[in-house]
Amino acid sequence: MSESLWSERQKSTWKTKVGLAEMLKGGVIMDVTNAQEAQIAEEAGAVAVMALERVPADIRSQGGVARMSDPAIIKAIQNAVSIPVMAKCRIGHFVEAQILEALGVDFIDESEVLTPADEFYHVDKHPFKVPFVCGCRDLGEALRRIGEGAAMIRTKGEAGTGNIVEAVRHMRTLMNDIRRIQSLPPEALMTAAKEMGAPYDLVVEVAKTGKLPVPNFSAGGVATPADAALMMQLGAETVFVGSGIFKSENPARLAKAIVEAVSHYKDPRILAEVSENLGAAMSGIDLRSLTENQRLALRGW
Amino acid sequence: MLALQGGFDPHLRALDRLGVPSCKVLYVQDLEGIDGLILPGGESTTIGKMLARFGFLEVIPQAVSRGLALFGTCAGMILLARQIRHYDQVHLGLLDIEVERNAYGPQVESFESSVRWRDGRTTPAVFIRAPIIRRLGPQVEVLAEQEGLPVLVRQDRILAASFHPELTSDLSVHRYFLELCGADSQETRRDSSSLQP
Repeated sequence: MSESLWSERQKSTWKTKVGLAEMLKGGVIMDVTNAQEAQIAEEAGAVAVMALERVPADIRSQGGVARMSDPAIIKAIQNAVSIPVMAKCRIGHFVEAQILEALGVDFIDESEVLTPADEFYHVDKHPFKVPFVCGCRDLGEALRRIGEGAAMIRTKGEAGTGNIVEAVRHMRTLMNDIRRIQSLPPEALMTAAKEMGAPYDLVVEVAKTGKLPVPNFSAGGVATPADAALMMQLGAETVFVGSGIFKSENPARLAKAIVEAVSHYKDPRILAEVSENLGAAMSGIDLRSLTENQRLALRGW
Repeated sequence: MLALQGGFDPHLRALDRLGVPSCKVLYVQDLEGIDGLILPGGESTTIGKMLARFGFLEVIPQAVSRGLALFGTCAGMILLARQIRHYDQVHLGLLDIEVERNAYGPQVESFESSVRWRDGRTTPAVFIRAPIIRRLGPQVEVLAEQEGLPVLVRQDRILAASFHPELTSDLSVHRYFLELCGADSQETRRDSSSLQP
Protein backbone atom coordinates (compact mmCIF):
# COMPACT_ATOMS: atom_id res chain seq x y z
CA MET A 1 0.00 0.00 0.00
CA SER A 2 1.32 3.43 -0.83
CA GLU A 3 1.87 6.28 1.64
CA SER A 4 -0.70 8.33 -0.23
CA LEU A 5 -3.66 6.34 1.09
CA TRP A 6 -6.00 8.21 3.44
CA SER A 7 -5.50 5.68 6.23
CA GLU A 8 -1.71 5.94 6.01
CA ARG A 9 -1.91 9.66 6.72
CA GLN A 10 -3.89 9.43 9.97
CA LYS A 11 -2.55 10.34 13.40
CA SER A 12 -0.44 7.92 15.39
CA THR A 13 -3.26 6.59 17.54
CA TRP A 14 -5.08 5.48 14.38
CA LYS A 15 -2.87 2.36 14.42
CA THR A 16 -3.74 1.50 18.00
CA LYS A 17 -7.45 2.10 17.32
CA VAL A 18 -7.67 0.02 14.15
CA GLY A 19 -5.16 -2.39 15.69
CA LEU A 20 -7.57 -3.29 18.49
CA ALA A 21 -10.31 -3.86 15.90
CA GLU A 22 -7.87 -6.18 14.05
CA MET A 23 -7.35 -8.18 17.23
CA LEU A 24 -11.11 -8.72 17.59
CA LYS A 25 -11.36 -10.40 14.18
CA GLY A 26 -12.74 -13.90 13.90
CA GLY A 27 -14.56 -13.51 17.18
CA VAL A 28 -17.93 -12.80 18.75
CA ILE A 29 -18.84 -9.63 20.64
CA MET A 30 -21.79 -10.18 22.98
CA ASP A 31 -24.32 -7.78 24.52
CA VAL A 32 -24.48 -8.17 28.31
CA THR A 33 -26.45 -6.29 30.95
CA ASN A 34 -24.71 -7.33 34.18
CA ALA A 35 -21.52 -8.87 35.59
CA GLN A 36 -22.97 -12.38 35.62
CA GLU A 37 -23.87 -12.28 31.91
CA ALA A 38 -20.45 -10.80 31.17
CA GLN A 39 -18.78 -13.76 32.87
CA ILE A 40 -20.95 -16.21 30.92
CA ALA A 41 -19.89 -14.44 27.72
CA GLU A 42 -16.18 -14.51 28.62
CA GLU A 43 -16.42 -18.14 29.69
CA ALA A 44 -18.03 -18.98 26.31
CA GLY A 45 -15.09 -17.38 24.48
CA ALA A 46 -16.39 -13.91 23.55
CA VAL A 47 -13.61 -11.56 22.33
CA ALA A 48 -15.37 -8.57 23.91
CA VAL A 49 -18.63 -7.63 25.58
CA MET A 50 -20.97 -4.71 24.98
CA ALA A 51 -22.17 -3.30 28.32
CA LEU A 52 -25.85 -2.33 28.13
CA GLU A 53 -28.74 -1.56 30.47
CA ARG A 54 -31.21 -3.31 28.21
CA VAL A 55 -30.62 -5.55 25.19
CA PRO A 56 -32.10 -4.24 21.91
CA ALA A 57 -35.09 -6.62 22.07
CA ASP A 58 -36.11 -5.04 25.40
CA ILE A 59 -35.47 -1.50 24.16
CA ARG A 60 -37.77 -2.38 21.28
CA SER A 61 -40.57 -3.80 23.42
CA GLN A 62 -40.37 -1.30 26.29
CA GLY A 63 -40.05 1.83 24.14
CA GLY A 64 -39.09 5.23 25.56
CA VAL A 65 -35.80 7.04 25.06
CA ALA A 66 -32.82 4.66 25.11
CA ARG A 67 -29.65 6.28 26.48
CA MET A 68 -26.07 5.43 27.49
CA SER A 69 -25.93 2.84 30.30
CA ASP A 70 -25.52 3.74 33.97
CA PRO A 71 -21.74 4.01 34.63
CA ALA A 72 -22.23 1.70 37.64
CA ILE A 73 -23.36 -1.10 35.30
CA ILE A 74 -20.40 -0.49 32.99
CA LYS A 75 -17.93 -0.51 35.91
CA ALA A 76 -19.40 -3.72 37.35
CA ILE A 77 -18.94 -5.38 33.95
CA GLN A 78 -15.37 -4.02 33.59
CA ASN A 79 -14.54 -5.51 36.98
CA ALA A 80 -16.07 -8.86 36.10
CA VAL A 81 -14.09 -9.66 32.93
CA SER A 82 -10.57 -9.39 31.46
CA ILE A 83 -11.70 -9.06 27.82
CA PRO A 84 -12.38 -5.64 26.23
CA VAL A 85 -15.58 -3.89 27.33
CA MET A 86 -17.50 -1.76 24.84
CA ALA A 87 -20.42 0.58 25.52
CA LYS A 88 -22.93 2.50 23.41
CA CYS A 89 -23.52 6.23 23.14
CA ARG A 90 -26.39 7.86 21.27
CA ILE A 91 -25.74 9.08 17.71
CA GLY A 92 -24.26 12.58 17.98
CA HIS A 93 -24.14 12.55 21.80
CA PHE A 94 -20.48 13.50 22.22
CA VAL A 95 -20.85 14.07 25.97
CA GLU A 96 -21.99 10.49 26.52
CA ALA A 97 -18.88 9.55 24.50
CA GLN A 98 -16.68 11.72 26.75
CA ILE A 99 -18.14 9.99 29.81
CA LEU A 100 -17.54 6.53 28.34
CA GLU A 101 -13.95 7.47 27.52
CA ALA A 102 -13.46 8.68 31.10
CA LEU A 103 -14.78 5.32 32.33
CA GLY A 104 -12.02 3.61 30.35
CA VAL A 105 -14.21 1.55 28.03
CA ASP A 106 -12.18 -0.07 25.26
CA PHE A 107 -14.49 0.78 22.34
CA ILE A 108 -17.51 3.09 21.94
CA ASP A 109 -20.39 2.05 19.71
CA GLU A 110 -22.14 5.17 18.40
CA SER A 111 -25.29 3.21 17.95
CA GLU A 112 -28.62 3.48 16.21
CA VAL A 113 -30.00 1.09 18.85
CA LEU A 114 -30.13 4.06 21.25
CA THR A 115 -32.37 7.05 20.52
CA PRO A 116 -30.38 9.55 18.41
CA ALA A 117 -29.38 12.80 20.13
CA ASP A 118 -28.60 14.70 16.92
CA GLU A 119 -30.51 14.36 13.67
CA PHE A 120 -27.85 16.11 11.57
CA TYR A 121 -24.42 15.16 12.87
CA HIS A 122 -22.58 12.17 14.26
CA VAL A 123 -19.85 12.51 16.88
CA ASP A 124 -16.51 13.89 15.63
CA LYS A 125 -14.54 10.81 16.61
CA HIS A 126 -10.99 11.90 15.73
CA PRO A 127 -10.20 13.81 18.96
CA PHE A 128 -11.03 10.82 21.16
CA LYS A 129 -8.32 8.42 22.31
CA VAL A 130 -10.83 5.59 22.56
CA PRO A 131 -11.78 3.95 19.24
CA PHE A 132 -15.34 4.03 17.87
CA VAL A 133 -17.44 1.55 15.94
CA CYS A 134 -20.40 2.75 13.86
CA GLY A 135 -23.16 1.09 11.89
CA CYS A 136 -23.72 1.27 8.14
CA ARG A 137 -26.15 0.03 5.51
CA ASP A 138 -23.98 0.71 2.46
CA LEU A 139 -20.53 1.89 1.42
CA GLY A 140 -21.37 5.60 1.45
CA GLU A 141 -22.53 5.45 5.08
CA ALA A 142 -19.49 3.36 6.07
CA LEU A 143 -17.05 5.85 4.51
CA ARG A 144 -18.82 8.86 6.08
CA ARG A 145 -18.35 7.24 9.51
CA ILE A 146 -14.71 6.36 8.80
CA GLY A 147 -14.17 9.94 7.62
CA GLU A 148 -15.48 11.08 11.03
CA GLY A 149 -12.95 8.77 12.70
CA ALA A 150 -14.64 5.39 13.21
CA ALA A 151 -11.97 2.66 13.56
CA MET A 152 -14.38 -0.20 12.97
CA ILE A 153 -17.54 -0.54 10.89
CA ARG A 154 -20.41 -2.93 11.48
CA THR A 155 -23.30 -3.44 9.14
CA LYS A 156 -26.45 -2.52 11.03
CA GLY A 157 -28.94 -5.28 10.39
CA GLU A 158 -32.08 -4.79 12.45
CA ALA A 159 -31.19 -5.06 16.14
CA GLY A 160 -33.44 -6.86 18.58
CA THR A 161 -35.38 -8.81 15.95
CA GLY A 162 -33.52 -12.13 15.88
CA ASN A 163 -34.04 -11.87 12.11
CA ILE A 164 -30.94 -12.00 9.92
CA VAL A 165 -32.55 -10.63 6.74
CA GLU A 166 -31.49 -6.99 7.19
CA ALA A 167 -27.94 -7.92 8.23
CA VAL A 168 -27.66 -9.89 4.99
CA ARG A 169 -29.11 -7.02 2.97
CA HIS A 170 -26.64 -4.51 4.43
CA MET A 171 -23.60 -6.78 4.06
CA ARG A 172 -24.50 -7.66 0.46
CA THR A 173 -25.11 -3.99 -0.36
CA LEU A 174 -21.75 -2.99 1.13
CA MET A 175 -19.86 -5.73 -0.71
CA ASN A 176 -21.63 -4.97 -4.01
CA ASP A 177 -20.78 -1.28 -3.60
CA ILE A 178 -17.11 -2.14 -3.04
CA ARG A 179 -17.01 -4.38 -6.11
CA ARG A 180 -18.68 -1.70 -8.20
CA ILE A 181 -16.19 1.00 -7.10
CA GLN A 182 -13.29 -1.32 -7.91
CA SER A 183 -14.50 -1.72 -11.49
CA LEU A 184 -14.71 2.05 -12.14
CA PRO A 185 -12.07 4.02 -14.08
CA PRO A 186 -10.31 6.76 -12.05
CA GLU A 187 -12.28 9.56 -13.70
CA ALA A 188 -15.56 8.06 -12.42
CA LEU A 189 -14.55 8.05 -8.75
CA MET A 190 -15.38 11.70 -7.96
CA THR A 191 -18.89 11.28 -9.32
CA ALA A 192 -19.24 8.02 -7.39
CA ALA A 193 -18.13 9.84 -4.23
CA LYS A 194 -20.70 12.56 -4.89
CA GLU A 195 -23.48 10.03 -5.46
CA MET A 196 -22.64 8.03 -2.33
CA GLY A 197 -22.05 11.09 -0.19
CA ALA A 198 -18.64 9.66 0.74
CA PRO A 199 -15.23 11.34 1.19
CA TYR A 200 -13.35 11.22 -2.15
CA ASP A 201 -10.01 10.07 -0.68
CA LEU A 202 -11.68 7.11 0.99
CA VAL A 203 -13.49 6.17 -2.24
CA VAL A 204 -10.11 6.20 -4.00
CA GLU A 205 -8.62 3.98 -1.27
CA VAL A 206 -11.45 1.44 -1.49
CA ALA A 207 -11.21 1.40 -5.29
CA LYS A 208 -7.52 0.60 -4.96
CA THR A 209 -7.61 -1.96 -2.12
CA GLY A 210 -11.02 -3.58 -2.62
CA LYS A 211 -11.82 -3.42 1.09
CA LEU A 212 -12.76 -0.97 3.80
CA PRO A 213 -9.77 0.74 5.45
CA VAL A 214 -10.97 -0.56 8.84
CA PRO A 215 -12.27 -3.99 9.94
CA ASN A 216 -15.79 -4.75 8.84
CA PHE A 217 -18.01 -6.53 11.35
CA SER A 218 -21.65 -7.58 11.28
CA ALA A 219 -24.49 -6.86 13.70
CA GLY A 220 -28.24 -6.90 14.06
CA GLY A 221 -30.27 -10.08 13.98
CA VAL A 222 -27.83 -12.95 14.61
CA ALA A 223 -29.65 -15.66 16.60
CA THR A 224 -27.95 -18.97 15.72
CA PRO A 225 -24.48 -20.35 14.89
CA ALA A 226 -25.64 -20.67 11.28
CA ASP A 227 -26.60 -16.97 11.19
CA ALA A 228 -23.14 -16.04 12.48
CA ALA A 229 -21.37 -18.27 9.93
CA LEU A 230 -23.60 -16.86 7.16
CA MET A 231 -22.43 -13.32 7.96
CA MET A 232 -18.80 -14.47 8.05
CA GLN A 233 -19.13 -16.19 4.67
CA LEU A 234 -20.69 -13.01 3.26
CA GLY A 235 -17.62 -11.03 4.30
CA ALA A 236 -17.98 -10.06 7.98
CA GLU A 237 -14.74 -10.30 9.96
CA THR A 238 -16.39 -10.62 13.38
CA VAL A 239 -19.98 -10.89 14.58
CA PHE A 240 -21.84 -8.87 17.19
CA VAL A 241 -24.61 -10.82 18.90
CA GLY A 242 -27.07 -8.67 20.81
CA SER A 243 -30.34 -10.01 22.10
CA GLY A 244 -29.79 -13.40 20.45
CA ILE A 245 -27.81 -14.96 23.28
CA PHE A 246 -29.49 -13.87 26.49
CA LYS A 247 -32.99 -14.06 24.99
CA SER A 248 -32.45 -17.73 24.14
CA GLU A 249 -33.26 -20.77 26.28
CA ASN A 250 -29.64 -21.72 27.06
CA PRO A 251 -27.38 -18.64 26.76
CA ALA A 252 -24.10 -20.28 27.88
CA ARG A 253 -24.44 -23.11 25.40
CA LEU A 254 -25.57 -20.93 22.51
CA ALA A 255 -22.80 -18.41 23.18
CA LYS A 256 -20.13 -21.11 23.04
CA ALA A 257 -21.66 -22.58 19.88
CA ILE A 258 -21.64 -19.20 18.12
CA VAL A 259 -17.97 -18.63 19.10
CA GLU A 260 -16.98 -21.99 17.60
CA ALA A 261 -19.12 -21.36 14.52
CA VAL A 262 -17.34 -18.05 13.82
CA SER A 263 -13.90 -19.62 14.24
CA HIS A 264 -14.72 -22.41 11.78
CA TYR A 265 -17.34 -20.63 9.69
CA LYS A 266 -16.38 -22.43 6.49
CA ASP A 267 -16.64 -25.94 7.97
CA PRO A 268 -20.23 -27.27 7.75
CA ARG A 269 -19.30 -30.36 9.79
CA ILE A 270 -18.32 -28.25 12.77
CA LEU A 271 -21.32 -25.97 12.22
CA ALA A 272 -23.61 -29.01 12.32
CA GLU A 273 -21.93 -30.29 15.46
CA VAL A 274 -22.21 -27.02 17.38
CA SER A 275 -25.80 -26.41 16.27
CA GLU A 276 -27.09 -29.54 18.01
CA ASN A 277 -29.39 -29.32 21.06
CA LEU A 278 -29.09 -25.61 21.67
CA GLY A 279 -32.66 -25.23 22.90
CA ALA A 280 -34.96 -22.54 21.57
CA ALA A 281 -33.42 -19.49 19.90
CA MET A 282 -35.02 -16.10 20.55
CA SER A 283 -38.43 -16.07 18.91
CA GLY A 284 -37.79 -13.14 16.59
CA ILE A 285 -39.80 -10.66 14.57
CA ASP A 286 -40.89 -10.64 10.93
CA LEU A 287 -39.51 -7.36 9.57
CA ARG A 288 -42.68 -6.79 7.56
CA SER A 289 -44.58 -6.35 10.83
CA LEU A 290 -42.45 -3.32 11.77
CA THR A 291 -43.42 0.22 10.83
CA GLU A 292 -40.81 2.63 9.52
CA ASN A 293 -40.62 4.21 13.01
CA GLN A 294 -39.72 0.88 14.56
CA ARG A 295 -36.78 0.32 12.21
CA LEU A 296 -33.60 1.20 14.07
CA ALA A 297 -31.39 0.81 10.98
CA LEU A 298 -32.94 3.92 9.42
CA ARG A 299 -31.30 6.03 12.15
CA GLY A 300 -27.96 7.59 11.11
CA TRP A 301 -27.14 10.15 8.43
CA MET B 1 -0.35 -18.99 10.98
CA LEU B 2 -2.74 -19.93 13.74
CA ALA B 3 -6.07 -18.50 12.52
CA LEU B 4 -8.61 -19.53 15.16
CA GLN B 5 -9.20 -15.90 16.15
CA GLY B 6 -7.39 -12.57 16.17
CA GLY B 7 -5.08 -10.42 14.09
CA PHE B 8 -3.70 -13.09 11.76
CA ASP B 9 -4.20 -11.17 8.48
CA PRO B 10 -1.44 -8.58 9.12
CA HIS B 11 1.00 -11.43 9.93
CA LEU B 12 0.09 -13.17 6.67
CA ARG B 13 0.72 -9.92 4.79
CA ALA B 14 4.13 -9.57 6.49
CA LEU B 15 5.09 -13.14 5.50
CA ASP B 16 3.81 -12.46 2.00
CA ARG B 17 6.03 -9.38 1.76
CA LEU B 18 9.00 -11.49 2.86
CA GLY B 19 8.18 -13.94 0.11
CA VAL B 20 7.61 -16.85 2.47
CA PRO B 21 4.94 -19.47 1.78
CA SER B 22 2.37 -19.55 4.55
CA CYS B 23 -0.94 -21.16 5.36
CA LYS B 24 -3.69 -20.77 7.93
CA VAL B 25 -3.78 -23.32 10.73
CA LEU B 26 -7.33 -24.19 11.84
CA TYR B 27 -6.94 -27.90 12.62
CA VAL B 28 -4.13 -29.91 14.21
CA GLN B 29 -3.53 -31.65 10.86
CA ASP B 30 -2.53 -28.25 9.42
CA LEU B 31 0.62 -28.35 11.60
CA GLU B 32 2.11 -31.12 9.46
CA GLY B 33 4.92 -29.98 7.20
CA ILE B 34 5.36 -26.47 8.61
CA ASP B 35 8.60 -25.11 10.12
CA GLY B 36 7.14 -22.34 12.25
CA LEU B 37 3.81 -21.36 13.78
CA ILE B 38 2.77 -17.79 14.63
CA LEU B 39 0.24 -17.26 17.43
CA PRO B 40 -1.36 -13.90 16.68
CA GLY B 41 -2.68 -11.13 18.87
CA GLY B 42 -6.34 -11.36 19.75
CA GLU B 43 -8.12 -12.41 22.92
CA SER B 44 -5.98 -14.91 24.79
CA THR B 45 -9.00 -16.35 26.62
CA THR B 46 -10.82 -16.98 23.32
CA ILE B 47 -7.82 -18.45 21.50
CA GLY B 48 -6.92 -20.59 24.55
CA LYS B 49 -10.40 -22.14 24.60
CA MET B 50 -10.14 -22.86 20.87
CA LEU B 51 -6.71 -24.46 21.34
CA ALA B 52 -8.25 -26.77 23.93
CA ARG B 53 -11.45 -27.42 21.98
CA PHE B 54 -9.65 -28.40 18.77
CA GLY B 55 -6.88 -30.51 20.29
CA PHE B 56 -3.90 -28.14 19.95
CA LEU B 57 -2.84 -28.20 23.62
CA GLU B 58 -1.36 -31.70 23.25
CA VAL B 59 -0.17 -31.44 19.67
CA ILE B 60 1.71 -28.12 19.74
CA PRO B 61 4.15 -29.17 22.52
CA GLN B 62 4.81 -32.45 20.64
CA ALA B 63 5.51 -30.50 17.44
CA VAL B 64 7.86 -28.17 19.34
CA SER B 65 9.84 -31.12 20.64
CA ARG B 66 10.20 -32.22 17.01
CA GLY B 67 11.60 -28.79 16.06
CA LEU B 68 8.61 -26.56 15.30
CA ALA B 69 9.49 -22.89 15.94
CA LEU B 70 6.86 -20.69 17.64
CA PHE B 71 6.29 -16.92 17.59
CA GLY B 72 3.61 -15.34 19.79
CA THR B 73 2.58 -11.68 19.63
CA CYS B 74 0.61 -10.06 22.47
CA ALA B 75 -2.14 -12.63 23.18
CA GLY B 76 0.15 -15.18 21.52
CA MET B 77 2.85 -14.37 24.09
CA ILE B 78 0.33 -14.79 26.92
CA LEU B 79 -0.61 -18.23 25.56
CA LEU B 80 3.07 -19.25 25.41
CA ALA B 81 3.89 -18.03 28.94
CA ARG B 82 4.40 -20.50 31.77
CA GLN B 83 2.48 -18.31 34.24
CA ILE B 84 -0.25 -15.69 33.85
CA ARG B 85 -0.61 -13.35 36.79
CA HIS B 86 -4.10 -13.16 38.41
CA TYR B 87 -5.79 -15.38 35.83
CA ASP B 88 -6.42 -19.06 35.65
CA GLN B 89 -6.88 -19.60 31.93
CA VAL B 90 -5.98 -22.19 29.32
CA HIS B 91 -2.47 -21.67 27.93
CA LEU B 92 0.47 -23.61 26.48
CA GLY B 93 3.08 -22.66 29.12
CA LEU B 94 6.07 -23.47 26.89
CA LEU B 95 8.04 -20.27 27.54
CA ASP B 96 9.51 -19.75 31.01
CA ILE B 97 8.14 -16.27 31.76
CA GLU B 98 5.37 -14.81 33.89
CA VAL B 99 3.15 -12.21 32.20
CA GLU B 100 0.58 -9.76 33.47
CA ARG B 101 -2.31 -9.19 31.06
CA ASN B 102 -3.48 -5.67 30.09
CA ALA B 103 -0.69 -4.39 32.28
CA TYR B 104 -0.59 -0.91 30.75
CA GLY B 105 -4.33 -0.39 31.33
CA PRO B 106 -7.40 -0.22 29.09
CA GLN B 107 -7.45 0.69 25.40
CA VAL B 108 -6.95 4.44 25.96
CA GLU B 109 -3.47 3.55 27.29
CA SER B 110 -2.52 1.73 24.08
CA PHE B 111 0.37 3.43 22.28
CA GLU B 112 2.86 3.48 19.45
CA SER B 113 6.54 3.49 20.26
CA SER B 114 9.77 1.82 19.23
CA VAL B 115 11.67 -1.04 20.83
CA ARG B 116 15.46 -1.19 21.18
CA TRP B 117 17.33 -4.35 20.25
CA ARG B 118 20.44 -5.42 22.16
CA ASP B 119 22.71 -3.97 19.48
CA GLY B 120 21.02 -0.56 19.68
CA ARG B 121 18.88 -0.86 16.56
CA THR B 122 15.28 0.26 16.98
CA THR B 123 12.09 -1.14 15.49
CA PRO B 124 8.69 0.58 15.48
CA ALA B 125 6.09 -1.15 17.64
CA VAL B 126 2.39 -0.89 18.42
CA PHE B 127 1.28 -1.83 21.94
CA ILE B 128 -2.44 -2.65 22.28
CA ARG B 129 -3.82 -3.59 25.71
CA ALA B 130 -0.39 -5.15 25.97
CA PRO B 131 0.94 -7.59 28.57
CA ILE B 132 4.11 -6.97 30.59
CA ILE B 133 6.68 -9.70 31.32
CA ARG B 134 7.04 -9.81 35.13
CA ARG B 135 9.47 -12.71 35.46
CA LEU B 136 12.10 -14.18 33.13
CA GLY B 137 13.32 -17.76 33.46
CA PRO B 138 17.07 -18.50 33.33
CA GLN B 139 16.84 -19.92 29.78
CA VAL B 140 15.06 -16.84 28.43
CA GLU B 141 17.06 -14.29 26.45
CA VAL B 142 15.87 -10.67 26.17
CA LEU B 143 16.20 -9.50 22.56
CA ALA B 144 14.61 -6.05 22.81
CA GLU B 145 13.35 -3.62 25.43
CA GLN B 146 11.02 -0.66 25.64
CA GLU B 147 11.40 1.80 28.55
CA GLY B 148 13.52 -0.71 30.42
CA LEU B 149 11.00 -3.54 30.15
CA PRO B 150 11.66 -6.71 28.16
CA VAL B 151 9.25 -6.80 25.21
CA LEU B 152 10.83 -9.33 22.83
CA VAL B 153 12.22 -12.56 24.27
CA ARG B 154 13.44 -15.94 23.07
CA GLN B 155 13.91 -19.38 24.54
CA ASP B 156 15.40 -21.87 22.08
CA ARG B 157 13.09 -21.72 19.06
CA ILE B 158 10.26 -19.92 20.84
CA LEU B 159 9.98 -16.18 20.21
CA ALA B 160 7.50 -13.85 21.95
CA ALA B 161 6.67 -10.15 21.63
CA SER B 162 4.37 -8.15 23.88
CA PHE B 163 3.79 -5.72 20.99
CA HIS B 164 2.55 -5.96 17.41
CA PRO B 165 5.37 -5.85 14.82
CA GLU B 166 2.82 -6.95 12.20
CA LEU B 167 0.92 -3.65 12.46
CA THR B 168 3.92 -1.66 11.19
CA SER B 169 5.73 -1.87 7.87
CA ASP B 170 8.96 -3.00 9.58
CA LEU B 171 9.77 -6.66 8.95
CA SER B 172 12.79 -7.16 11.21
CA VAL B 173 11.02 -9.23 13.90
CA HIS B 174 9.43 -11.50 11.31
CA ARG B 175 12.81 -11.84 9.61
CA TYR B 176 14.31 -12.88 12.96
CA PHE B 177 11.60 -15.51 13.37
CA LEU B 178 12.31 -16.89 9.89
CA GLU B 179 15.93 -17.37 10.94
CA LEU B 180 14.69 -19.36 13.93
CA CYS B 181 12.58 -21.45 11.56
CA GLY B 182 15.66 -22.16 9.46
CA ALA B 183 14.02 -20.62 6.41
CA ASP B 184 15.82 -18.16 4.22
CA SER B 185 13.40 -15.51 3.07
CA GLN B 186 15.64 -14.47 0.17
CA GLU B 187 15.96 -17.96 -1.24
CA THR B 188 12.53 -19.36 -0.54
CA ARG B 189 10.52 -19.22 -3.69
CA ARG B 190 7.15 -17.66 -3.19
CA ASP B 191 4.42 -20.21 -3.58
CA SER B 192 1.41 -18.03 -4.13
CA SER B 193 -0.94 -21.01 -4.38
CA SER B 194 -0.57 -21.70 -0.67
CA LEU B 195 -1.12 -18.08 0.38
CA GLN B 196 -4.52 -17.25 1.72
CA PRO B 197 -6.22 -13.98 0.78
